[in-house]
Amino acid sequence: MEKLSFRLIAPRSASGTRTQAIVGVVASGNLEVLLERNLPTDICTIDIATAAHGFGMVWDAVVRDFVARRSAGGLHISVNDGGARPDTVALRLAQGIRKIEEPER
Amino acid sequence: MTQVAANNVSPSWYEASARQRIDALVDAGSFAEFIGPALREISPHLAIFDLPEQFDDGIVVGHGRLDGTPVLIAAQEGRFMGGAFGEVHGAKLTGLLRAASALKQDLLILFDTGGVRLQEANAGELAIAEIMRAVIEARRAGVNVVGLIGGRAGCYGGGSLIAGTCSRLIISEQGRLSVSGPEVIETNRGIEEFDSRDRALVWRTMGGKHRYLLGGTDVFVDDEVLAFREAAIDALKAGRRCDVAVLEAEQARLERRLQRFGEAEDAIEIWQTLGIANPTEIPALPTAAFLRAANDRENADDAR
Repeated sequence: MEKLSFRLIAPRSASGTRTQAIVGVVASGNLEVLLERNLPTDICTIDIATAAHGFGMVWDAVVRDFVARRSAGGLHISVNDGGARPDTVALRLAQGIRKIEEPER
Repeated sequence: MTQVAANNVSPSWYEASARQRIDALVDAGSFAEFIGPALREISPHLAIFDLPEQFDDGIVVGHGRLDGTPVLIAAQEGRFMGGAFGEVHGAKLTGLLRAASALKQDLLILFDTGGVRLQEANAGELAIAEIMRAVIEARRAGVNVVGLIGGRAGCYGGGSLIAGTCSRLIISEQGRLSVSGPEVIETNRGIEEFDSRDRALVWRTMGGKHRYLLGGTDVFVDDEVLAFREAAIDALKAGRRCDVAVLEAEQARLERRLQRFGEAEDAIEIWQTLGIANPTEIPALPTAAFLRAANDRENADDAR
């Protein structure tokens, strides 16, 4: 298992009040993304565990693009990867933001 | 701009994830999870094999309300390691069943499993035994334990043994229920005995329709989350006994069933013996027509 960690300055913070959200499952070509709101609102950290070794450069590009484009500030994000493609990763990260920003019932 | 018509089709149970199934099954917004993913109660074994972990170890447990009634719920995620039982996965279900006994609250198990996770085989096998004991103890305490089967992994191996101890089983056509899976049979007995790639054979041997016709399950529903919800609400209303008399009656029924169908080479022969007019058409029948044709099925009793 390769472990990667990123700590990035986030231009926008996640809205809403939910403290956590989870999307996806760990399956072939898929991943789970756990989001926890417990950081300063301008920081986003992302911890990744992936079975596919040697793709650190691709992960770096995907998470930087994600933090630049989505409202990821304040979130500690944990990823368990089952060998997902970069577009699937970007989709799950975006779904995670949407879920943690949903109004609470 | 044209207005897009609202889609009011109930989502597929087969396609949904464990969390989506729970959300659609219980009263809106009523579910609360025990030992959620943020607690990271993950398998202690998978890292040894350098295999990916999942924060909930492939099972979601918690409590919610079903048509206003408080219930406990466990849902397996069939896409994570085939929904298989490992040490933590099993312990979460055992704990929930013990809570059901203590709280006198009914419990729903949303099966989606290939059986025991082979990477943690001993712990998984022990978990199956503990869960079966906990199901029986809950039923002896007067609690309903209802199994719902309709996921992509089916309900195989140790999962099928647990299902056999439930007070009621609800199944869809997509659901499969069997101790040994198609590939296990083919590996052990040869392709002449069972061709695991023959989808029609798999479904007429282990699929929901056949299990319902043989009295192996109690309720047959469409592959829709709302159909499962309505069947689960009904299932909780029917109290089911669990005592020696019930088990002895079931043993006698199974002996009769073996006598009646033991020589059959294929499920279609069984359906013919049941008196179904056009047995070869069973796999193609929509639910309402199937249920009419299934009028003379083997009856499921309190032990099945």
